[in-house]
Order: sequence, then structure tokens, then C-alpha cells
Amino acid sequence: MTAATDDPLPRSHASFRRFLLCAPLLVMLAACGPATLPPGDAITDPSEAQNRAVHRGNVALDRALIGPTADAYGRAIPDPVRTGISNVAANLGEPSNVLNNLLQLRLGQAVENTLRFAVNSTIGLAGLLDPASAIGLPEQDTNFGETMHVWGVPEGAYTYLPVVGPSTSRDTVGLIVDIATNPVRIFLPAPESSYATGAGILSRINDRHEFDNTIDSIYDDSADSYAQLRSLYIQNRRFQLRGDDEVDYFDPYGDLPTGVAADPLNDPYFDPYEDPYVQ
Amino acid sequence: MSSNLTRFTRRSVMAMGAALAALPFLPGEAHALTVAEARGLIDRVVADVNSVINSGRSEAQMISDFESILVRYADVPIIAQSVLGPPARSASRAQLNTFTEAFQGYLSRKYGRRFREFIGGEIIVTEGRAVQSFFEVISTVNLRGEAPFELRWLVSDRSGQDRFFNLIIEGVNLMVTERTEIGAMLDRRNGDIDALTADLRNAG
Repeated sequence: MTAATDDPLPRSHASFRRFLLCAPLLVMLAACGPATLPPGDAITDPSEAQNRAVHRGNVALDRALIGPTADAYGRAIPDPVRTGISNVAANLGEPSNVLNNLLQLRLGQAVENTLRFAVNSTIGLAGLLDPASAIGLPEQDTNFGETMHVWGVPEGAYTYLPVVGPSTSRDTVGLIVDIATNPVRIFLPAPESSYATGAGILSRINDRHEFDNTIDSIYDDSADSYAQLRSLYIQNRRFQLRGDDEVDYFDPYGDLPTGVAADPLNDPYFDPYEDPYVQ
Repeated sequence: MSSNLTRFTRRSVMAMGAALAALPFLPGEAHALTVAEARGLIDRVVADVNSVINSGRSEAQMISDFESILVRYADVPIIAQSVLGPPARSASRAQLNTFTEAFQGYLSRKYGRRFREFIGGEIIVTEGRAVQSFFEVISTVNLRGEAPFELRWLVSDRSGQDRFFNLIIEGVNLMVTERTEIGAMLDRRNGDIDALTADLRNAG
């Protein structure tokens, strides 16, 4: 007896059947719970010397090519057109978001992102506009790095990628998986798929233009732009993954001596000019 | 025996009641900060910030306005000490005071300069709540032509006055970020706090 004759599902549904077979595995993975997120910006950086070399290369590339290109793009192309192109790129990212939402077993978000894709692809003129946000379906970007986080995979070590910049070992794997499994890249025919890639690159160039002041202030004014960028990236990434979960803030008053016995040398409020006889 | 014990207990209960009643009037006893007061503090900060970003004043004037806001509403000494980290413990009182003063100017220039991007925008306080041993006040920043984002303020009265001691935007926390930055500057100067203080006067 062969699988084909016995199969309740036709051959075209083979991939769906594979997904159903994976479903119990997904439930088990999701049941493990998300990985713990350390507070603050501490992360192991075992390849720091190599990462710093890549960072120097990225800064040089930014100064020579990406920064000036973004500057020219921002000046030559009007804001609504740039926003439209970035909207198209974001819309083409929705199928990948939905795929990850399913793997995360966040079915509500999968439905919302599917609706977003449907609304913006049609009423939104192939994604140029974003009417979905206006009707209460805001952008909820995700990626396979987050999917692995949901499955309990810890962030791993800090990594610094050429061109892309800050990442973690988990998110680097996630990036590769997202590129390999991107439904738009797989299913879109030849010329359109390259337009999609083009929109994605222009969207990144627009980001570089929009955040020009912030990026320049990190590169030019920071005492150690590598350490500063690592701190900003890690804090923001953990914030994205944390969602609505409580954050454990550092309490600067925690180790502060209290009461009359406080040592004036350790008391940050000690005022040497204070009148000791005032009551 | 049993009546003695009863009398003793009754007396101690009465004494405790009297002590409790007197508690609010005891000198030096700090009042506990409430959510409403923490929110009220940030309402005042935000009103001042909104008037600065829409004042049409020059960048230099906005930086000095921002410094006044910090002095009035922020717990700069605890931010400075925390950002300096363990080296703060081995520093002398004089070193810490001059560092705090230089750090305040550095913060004002670094973040005051960015106020330019806030021109025409508005900050609205939306929520306040108790977290850990302090308060978190949440505000929304509406900038022209940009999606609104959240700005969170941490407020404490542990300094003896209601002050904010940290700001968080999209998970990025002022104290953590500056600890990394100041730490890098201190490393560059081989841990010399006086050299760091001298250079901070020109940084930011």
C-alpha cells in the first residue's frame, strides 16, 4: 500500500500535512516558554576584537558610501515617495511575519498580520499606503530570532555582522532562516522579486536618512561607538522581545545607606556647605 | 498574674496607638511618595519641556533650559554616582562633587541638543504606577510626521525630594546607556576620575 492511495489529503496538500505533523512539536516548543531576558545591557562578547574590526569596516563603509547615498536619497526623493517605498517593503515582509507568528503559536497576531497584508495590498495600492494602521491593525514586525526566543532559545553571544551591524548568535541564525524561508522571495516571479529586494534596500537607506542625527552622534561623539551601539542594540532588542512583560529596573537607591548612620562620604546628597545647626 | 498580664498588654497597646498617632508629626520622617505625586512631578517636567521645545529659542538657550529642568526635577547626584559605578566608592567627596557638576553639563549638552528634533512636538503623560520600590510614569511623545513613541520616567523620593532618576525610550535606558559611555571614557583615562571630569566639561 502506498501513501498516495491511502492519503486523505491530495498531493498538493503535502506541505500542509507536513505542517500538521509539526504542530505537536510546535506546541511542545512553545510550552517550554520564552528564554529569560537579562536586565540592562550586559552580554558576552567573546569575539570582541573581531567584532570591533567589522565595526570599523562598517563605519568606513557608512562614511564612504551608505551615509552619502542616504543623504542624496533623502534630498532627491520627496518624503511621501520614500515613505511609500518603505511601506511597500514593510508590506512584503508581512507573509514572513505571519509565518513566524504561526511558528510562535501567536495565532491572534498571525490573523492580524494576514489582515494587514490583505488590506494594504488592495486598498493600500500594493502596499504604498498603510490604511491598516489607521483601522487599528498597527505594524507588528517579527522575525525568526523572536520565534526562537519564544521557543526558549537564549540570545547567545553578541555578534557584529558586516553591513547589517549588531546582532546576537541566535538572531544571526534567525536572519539566515528568514531570508531562506521568505515566502515573497520564494513565490514571487523573477522581475517582481528583484523589485521587492530593491524596495527593501531603499527602505534601509531611508532609515539611515531618517535616523541621521542619532547615527552620526553615536559614530562621531561617543567615546566608544562600538560599546555604545552594543548597549543600545541589546537594550532595544530585549525590549522588543519582552513585549508586555515587566522589566526589572536597576534600583540606584538599593545600595544606598539609609538613616542617621549613613556615611557622609558615601552619601551622594551630602552638602559640605550645609549648616549643621539648622533643624 | 493573669490580670497583671492583661493590664500590661492593654497599656502597651495604648502606648503603641499613641506612637502611631504621633508618627506623621515625627521630625525627619519622609512622607511616602504616591502615584499621584509622582505623576504630578512628571506633569510639571513635561509642561516645562513642552514650553522649551516650542519656545523658538536658540540651541544654546534650549541646552541651558534643559539644564535648569534637570536641576529642578532630576536626581542628578544619584544618576552621576550610579553612572560612575564602583569607582564612585573610592572617589573622594570633592571628586564626586566636581564629577557630578561636569556630568550635569555633559548630559544637558548631549540631550539638550537633541531637543531640536522635538520642536513642534508634544509630550503627554498617560499613566503612573508603582514598580519595585519607586514609580514609573508613562508619557507619549508626538513628533511631527513620526509615529508616536513612549517615554517612561522613573521617580523616587529617596533623595528627600520627589525627583526622576531615569528615562527609558523603547527599552533604551538613560542610566544603563550612560554607564556604558562613562565607563568607556573612564577606561580610556585608566580610571582617572579627575581626567574624566576635566574632559566631560567639553564633551556632549
